[in-house]
Amino acid sequence: MSSIRVLVGTKKGAFILTGDGKRKNWKVSGPHFAGWEIYHLKGSPVDPNRIYASQSSGWFGQIIQRSDDGGKTWNTPGSSAEELKGPEGFPKGESNKFVYEGKVGTHMWYDGTQHPWEFKRIWHLEPSLTDPDTVYAGAEDAAIFKTTDGGKTWKELSGLRAAKSALWQPGAGGMAVHTILQDPKHPKRIYVAISAAGAFRTDDGGKTWKPINRGLKSQFELPDPDAEVGHCVHRITLHPSKPDVLFMQKHWDVLRTDNAGDKWTEVSGNLPSDFGFPIDVHAHEPETIYVVPITSDSLHYPPEGKLRVYRSKSGGGEWEPLTKGLPQKDCYVNVLRDAMAVDSLQPCGIYFGTTGGQVYGSADNGDTWNAIVRDLPPVYSVEVQMLP
Amino acid sequence: MIRVVLPYHLRNLARVGEEVQVEVAEPMTVRAVLDALEAKYPALRGTIRDHGTLKRRPFVRFFACKEDLSLEPEDTRLPEEVVNGTEPFLIVGAMAGG
Repeated sequence: MSSIRVLVGTKKGAFILTGDGKRKNWKVSGPHFAGWEIYHLKGSPVDPNRIYASQSSGWFGQIIQRSDDGGKTWNTPGSSAEELKGPEGFPKGESNKFVYEGKVGTHMWYDGTQHPWEFKRIWHLEPSLTDPDTVYAGAEDAAIFKTTDGGKTWKELSGLRAAKSALWQPGAGGMAVHTILQDPKHPKRIYVAISAAGAFRTDDGGKTWKPINRGLKSQFELPDPDAEVGHCVHRITLHPSKPDVLFMQKHWDVLRTDNAGDKWTEVSGNLPSDFGFPIDVHAHEPETIYVVPITSDSLHYPPEGKLRVYRSKSGGGEWEPLTKGLPQKDCYVNVLRDAMAVDSLQPCGIYFGTTGGQVYGSADNGDTWNAIVRDLPPVYSVEVQMLP
Repeated sequence: MIRVVLPYHLRNLARVGEEVQVEVAEPMTVRAVLDALEAKYPALRGTIRDHGTLKRRPFVRFFACKEDLSLEPEDTRLPEEVVNGTEPFLIVGAMAGG
């Protein structure tokens, strides 16, 4: 029977939750990198033992860590096993050099002036669908980097910043590439999402990018609600069997596109609030999607203090609340954009983490929920790995 | 040999103890110590000084002999007690406040 590994990034370290195939018994390991912020960790789809982690600190900056044994041990890529042997062994890999390509350029600053790009951290790591040594990294200030040597060196795909980046502007949470999606049917097609710039697509493996924000309306955030760039996209997702269909949770509004982002349509329907952060797709039903409504941009907690996941089985428009096992009073946590993931067992499992330190899991498509852990540091990210 | 005391998180990252020793050639300056430290422990590159500019990261401080050397020019000669190994050069994570 398959087992499951849930990778949890938090404000104070990484945790690995290992569950049996029934998803009832869980073992928790961690904190890994105790005391460091772990924005994201994710396993390679082709080698579940290969996991990459983004470790950062307001004091000491950015580190990339890699495990080749499913999270038991970690090294900064570039360190060889030989160097680590013996009491005097220490890691030689640096793996934290993210340098913008060419002239660094500027983007819009809060006061309307142009401000130079400054690297702050990696928000998201997206391992290649086919090669365990290739990974894409989403950076703040917004840029996408790529490694092809297992994380030892990183190179910016600078064509992204040619996509009208002088008009991009940081929101209160910074300006970061927070979502990277690879199209399994078109290997050179990649999508990214940036707060607060919008969604972008490349069809040539990252050389050139174009904004794909037609149909997004930001009447309260932008002087031109239909602007080509500048929208605060919180998260996009797709189902691998239908990669031309994407779903988006924007600052306000839930949207979908059926043509790879060329045109988006709002599908917020009967949600109690269409503000939120994560959005995800059922593993086996490409038109079943999940969001967690949050009250508003001013009130980052669930409406009425009730933590509810909303599910649409029709690709948006019609939504139903999923509440069994979730707190339905006095709950004022948030669920961040990278903190939801699904497994591919039958029935599909869904997992999400909260800023209150709970990680909830459902083993029945979201119908019922249980807290796997309750008292972790604030959860930044949740990813799932299926193990043989 | 210059004695260098590292903060908790950087010790863990470099997998060393609280204090390390680095060989530093004359002139014995803050910059020379940091260069030697990063050469011996490459995992620390970028964590004390910015990769590109080599400027001290904002929340990292340098202390020695009860003095704060953080704002001194990096070419300032280290105190004699640090040069002769009586006192360590301290790399410190700044107080977070709160």
